[in-house]
Amino acid sequence: MTMSALIKRGSVAIVGAAESDLGEVAPGFSAIDLMAQGVYRAVSDAGLNIKDIDGIFCATAQSRFAGVSLAEYLRLPEAFIDTTATGGSSFMGHLAKAQMAIQAGVCEVAVVAYGSTQRTLGRKNTSVAEYNPYETPFKPFLPPTAYAMAAARHMHEFGTTREQLAEVAVAARQWALMNPVAWEKKPLTVQDVLSARMLSYPLTIRDCCLVTDGGGAIVVTSAARAKSLKKPPVYLLGEAHVTTHSTISNMPNLVETGAKRSGELAYQRAGLTAKDIDVLELYDAFTINTILFLEDLGFCKKGEGGSFVSGGRIAPGGSLPVNTNGGGLSYCHPGMYGLFLLIEATRQLRGESGPRQVAGANTAIAHGNGGVLSSQDTVILGTAATL
Amino acid sequence: MANKQKSPYGVYLEYLQQDQLAYQFSTVANKAIFFPREVCPETGLDCLEWRVSKGLGTVYSTSAVHPRDGIVYNVALIDCDEGFRLMSCVEQISPDQVKIGMRVKFKTHTPEGDDPYPVFVPVA
Repeated sequence: MTMSALIKRGSVAIVGAAESDLGEVAPGFSAIDLMAQGVYRAVSDAGLNIKDIDGIFCATAQSRFAGVSLAEYLRLPEAFIDTTATGGSSFMGHLAKAQMAIQAGVCEVAVVAYGSTQRTLGRKNTSVAEYNPYETPFKPFLPPTAYAMAAARHMHEFGTTREQLAEVAVAARQWALMNPVAWEKKPLTVQDVLSARMLSYPLTIRDCCLVTDGGGAIVVTSAARAKSLKKPPVYLLGEAHVTTHSTISNMPNLVETGAKRSGELAYQRAGLTAKDIDVLELYDAFTINTILFLEDLGFCKKGEGGSFVSGGRIAPGGSLPVNTNGGGLSYCHPGMYGLFLLIEATRQLRGESGPRQVAGANTAIAHGNGGVLSSQDTVILGTAATL
Repeated sequence: MANKQKSPYGVYLEYLQQDQLAYQFSTVANKAIFFPREVCPETGLDCLEWRVSKGLGTVYSTSAVHPRDGIVYNVALIDCDEGFRLMSCVEQISPDQVKIGMRVKFKTHTPEGDDPYPVFVPVA
């Protein structure tokens, strides 16, 4: 995979970030309402106005032409539009494409937006299951069964245990208890996870992400313009995207994801390694994800993720802060979660995360996942000190 | 060029209707390919020929799916001996008794009024 030499490390920055209403929103809210609400809050956070926006990057499972819908809603007829959909990782790709567009002079103030009302409308009404004659007859419960088979294979090859998977959910819950907008409000134990309703062995419902409403936006602009805005800029240092498959039966190796390659490329572009990263936001749709991504992004050796996450290492007070907002497991998961990783990474690098703030964080990784471990998109962000 | 008379899935289905599990083979990459397609994903060339599997394979991964109000069933990924993988299920044993590494054998399942599909049973 080649990267144009024209793409410069740190050439653009996130200057605004905000969630829309989360959890369970009032009846009648549309996905685009939540996008627009997130955009308004994010541009306000940046000290800008919606009419400053000249680039729209967005995706949602609930709108066929989300960019057109959002341009209509905000009345931005000449805005550059990109509605690339790679599942939950879409927004990492949008950030990268916003950088390309800004560097090319196609736009200057880009928003990356998302909205979903899958909780109030129900998952069946908000995401279309695609028919596939090579998979559908076997009724895999997707996505959980795909991740369950990855977890089963990880357990088989490396001796990973269900207790170790549960540790991921417990750590996420501890972070969520420090996040006032997190969905889950009560503590969780390993035993709670193990004895919860089985969904697709070895994953119980507590190994699986929440089903919530939610949305949000980030504002991206040139490094030059970022300096004059309200908040400390959070610079894009490196990004890379890898697609290993679409359907789980075509994943080359169930225990090694495309994050290995997207991570290598993103680190290379950022001029950093795993050792240099202060805070990690990893797409935890399922407990196995966190383990796979910690391994594939170089934070521990392949196969050792289960023991790595044990003993509270990734929980508050542990040696490696992971999913500091409470993650898709305990904070919020409206279906395509990647944008929330970018929002939390931005807040951590601005020092705005209150009781869950990682002291002195200068670098963050926000790793997006789409489909069934299909689309892997690694983003590395940094403060002005990293330029 | 005239339209093709059969789709990749159409050919696959015809084999299944004759109780055969078919796959494609890249004559250039020398590699088994599944799912059936129009072009070789290894080389980008039009170099795929159809072959019939011996129907023997190994469970690569497995999950027992627990519907909220229903009977637990198995979903598995099977590595066939010819070097291709497919999604299927292992029948004749309890869903939670399906284990990674288990040797399995193909048989055709034909639902009433629907296309047949391949399932597997443990090798005796």
